Amino acid sequence: MLTIHNLRTSFRIHDEFHPAVDGISLTIHKNEVLAIVGESGCGKSALALSILGLHPPERTKIEGTIEFQGQNLLQLSTAELNQIRGKRLAMIFQDPMTALHPLMIIGRQIEEPMKYHLTLSTKEKKQRALQLLERVGIHNNEQVYQQYPHELSGGMRQRVLIAMALACDPELLIADEPTTALDVTIQAQIMELMKELQRQSQAGILLITHDLGVVAEMADRVAVMYAGEIVELAPIHTLFHNPLHPYTRSLLHSLPSSFGQKGRLHVIEGMVPAIEHLKRSGCRFAPRIPWISNELHEVNPVLHEIAPQHFVRCVCHQHFYLPTERIGDEINASITAT
Amino acid sequence: MPLLQLRDVTVQFTKTAGCLRRTMPTPPVVDQLSLQLHQGEMYGLVGESGCGKSTTARAIMGLNQLAKGQILFQGDDLSKMHRSSRKLRMKEIQMIFQDPYSSLNPRKNVWNIIAEPLRNFERLTRAEELKKVQELVERVGLNAESIYQYPHQFSGGQRQRIGIARALALRPQLLIADEPVSALDVSVQAQVLNFMKEIQEEFDLTMLFISHDLGIVRHMCDRIGIMYKGRLVEEGTIQDIYERPSHLYTKRLLAAMPEMNPEKRLEKMKQRFRINEEYELANEQFFDSSGRVVEMRKITDTHWAALK
Repeated sequence: MLTIHNLRTSFRIHDEFHPAVDGISLTIHKNEVLAIVGESGCGKSALALSILGLHPPERTKIEGTIEFQGQNLLQLSTAELNQIRGKRLAMIFQDPMTALHPLMIIGRQIEEPMKYHLTLSTKEKKQRALQLLERVGIHNNEQVYQQYPHELSGGMRQRVLIAMALACDPELLIADEPTTALDVTIQAQIMELMKELQRQSQAGILLITHDLGVVAEMADRVAVMYAGEIVELAPIHTLFHNPLHPYTRSLLHSLPSSFGQKGRLHVIEGMVPAIEHLKRSGCRFAPRIPWISNELHEVNPVLHEIAPQHFVRCVCHQHFYLPTERIGDEINASITAT
Repeated sequence: MPLLQLRDVTVQFTKTAGCLRRTMPTPPVVDQLSLQLHQGEMYGLVGESGCGKSTTARAIMGLNQLAKGQILFQGDDLSKMHRSSRKLRMKEIQMIFQDPYSSLNPRKNVWNIIAEPLRNFERLTRAEELKKVQELVERVGLNAESIYQYPHQFSGGQRQRIGIARALALRPQLLIADEPVSALDVSVQAQVLNFMKEIQEEFDLTMLFISHDLGIVRHMCDRIGIMYKGRLVEEGTIQDIYERPSHLYTKRLLAAMPEMNPEKRLEKMKQRFRINEEYELANEQFFDSSGRVVEMRKITDTHWAALK
C-alpha cells in the first residue's frame, strides 16, 4: 500500500544539509502493523513527518520516492497532498497535551477533517463525531463533545486524537509514540483499542515507538532504526526470539522488565551521534561496539536477507556477543569484590 | 527503629469555590498514608499518575504541608519542627527529580549546580569546594573538566547524573528519587539504573524510589508499596507483590505491563479483559461506601493488602 524507496530526508544545519533519514526503503501492506523502533534521535519521527510532508520545506530536502497507492507523495503539490492527508493518510501525534487546540471544543476538532474531506451537513458531522467518540471508548460522548481539551485526562485526550485520525476512515494510520505520555493501564487500553480498530477497518498502521513492550504487543513486523538507517527488519516473532543485529540485541538486553532478574542491566556504550557529526561510511553502530575490530565490519554495509523476511545490515552481528554473555560472571564477581 | 516513618500522613490542597470565593479543602490527595523505610532499603512506591506518589515525596521534603499526621525521621517528627531546625535535618534527605531538562538551572555551570547544597550547609574554602565537586563529578562518571560546562552541553543521561551528584553532595541518609528515569531512553535508562544501584550500595543509602513502571521497580527495589487514590492498597516484598498479588488493583497494574513475548499477547489480552471485568464487578470488596480504599490488613509478616 505504501512503498518508500531510498528516502533521504536532510535538515539544514549551519547551511549544510545533513540527512536524518538516510536511504530508507520500506513497504507497508494493507491490514498490517509495521513498527519502527529506535532511540530518540535516530530518525523515526523525521521519517513519519516526511511521509505526510510536514517538514518545513525551506529547511529540509527530501529525496527518494514515497509511493502511496501508485502516487508519489513527494511530487504532489500542497493542494493535492491535502486531498490525501487527513483523509486516506492520517496521523496520531505523540503528545496529547499539545496536539489538541486548547480553545476549540472536542467536537469541532473531530469535525475539522470532515469539513475538508467529506461533504456532510452539520448534523451529519455531529452524528459522525459522536459515533467516533463512542468507537474509541468514550461513552459519555454527548458531554465530551462539548468539552475543552483541558477538561479531559491524558488517556481521554489520546482517545480524542485517535478519533480525529479516524474521522475520514484512513487507509493508513501513522501513530507516532501513541502511548508514551500515558500510564500503563491506559497504555494497555489504548493498545487494545488500536488493535480493535485495525481489525474493523483493515487499515495499515505505521507504529513509531521506542518502547519494545508496545512493539511486542502490537506489531506484525518490526524495523529497527539506528542513525537514520534500518539495521534490522523482521517479523515480530523472529525479532524477539532470534534478534541478530548488535543494536537490536543490546536494546532487548537493556530492558529491566524483560528478564526480571537482579544484577546489572546491559548498557550500550556511547550515545546516538548527532546528525552533523555522524560518520556516513562504514557500519554506523561500530563506535558503540568498539571491541569488534574494523575488519569484521563491512565497508559499505547493506541489508542481507538472512532468512526469508529477515534482513540485517552489516556482517558484524556474526562476531557480536554481548559483554554480559561473554564475561557475565567476571563482571558479577568484580561487583561483589568492590 | 525505621529510618523514616510516615504516620497517617494526610495532604490536602485548597481551592476557591462558591459565590463568596471562599477557600475550601479538596478531597485529600494523600489520605492517612503510613509507611516505614528501614536503613539501607530500596522502597518502591508505585501507582498511576495522580495517585499521590509525588505529593508524598514532596511532603517528606517539606514542600507540601501536612494536614494531619507525622513524618518521623530517625525518630524526630519533621512536621512539628521549627523551620530552622528542620532545615538542618533536611541535609540528610535529598531528592532526585524526574525531568533532567528542567531540574538543572541552565544559567549555572555544573560546579555551581553541585556546590549549591555545599554552600548552604558547609563552610568550605574555594579549593576544598572544587576538590569535593570534582570528586563527585568523577564519582558519577563524568569528566572532571566538565564542571565548567553548562547543562545544555550534556545529554539526558549525563544531566540526570549531575542531578544525582548534587543530591549526593551532602552525603544524605535518605534519597528520594521521583521517577528518575521516565524521561530517558531505554539504553540511557539502563545506565542510570545501574549507577543508582551502585551508589546505593556504596553509600549505604536508603532510597524511596517512585515510579509507575513495574518492570523497573522489580529490578531495583526490595519492598514495594502500591498506591491508589492517596492510599496504599498493597505492600510487600518483590516476591509478595509479583508472585502473590492479592489486591485486584495490583493484579490490574501487573496485567497492564506489556508482554515481551509476542506469542503470548492474545493470552495476555484475555487476562487483562478478565481482570478488568472482575475489577468493575468486585469494587465494593476493596472500597468502602465512599470509594475510599479500606485499611490494609496483614497477610504475612511482610505482606499487607487493603482487603475487607
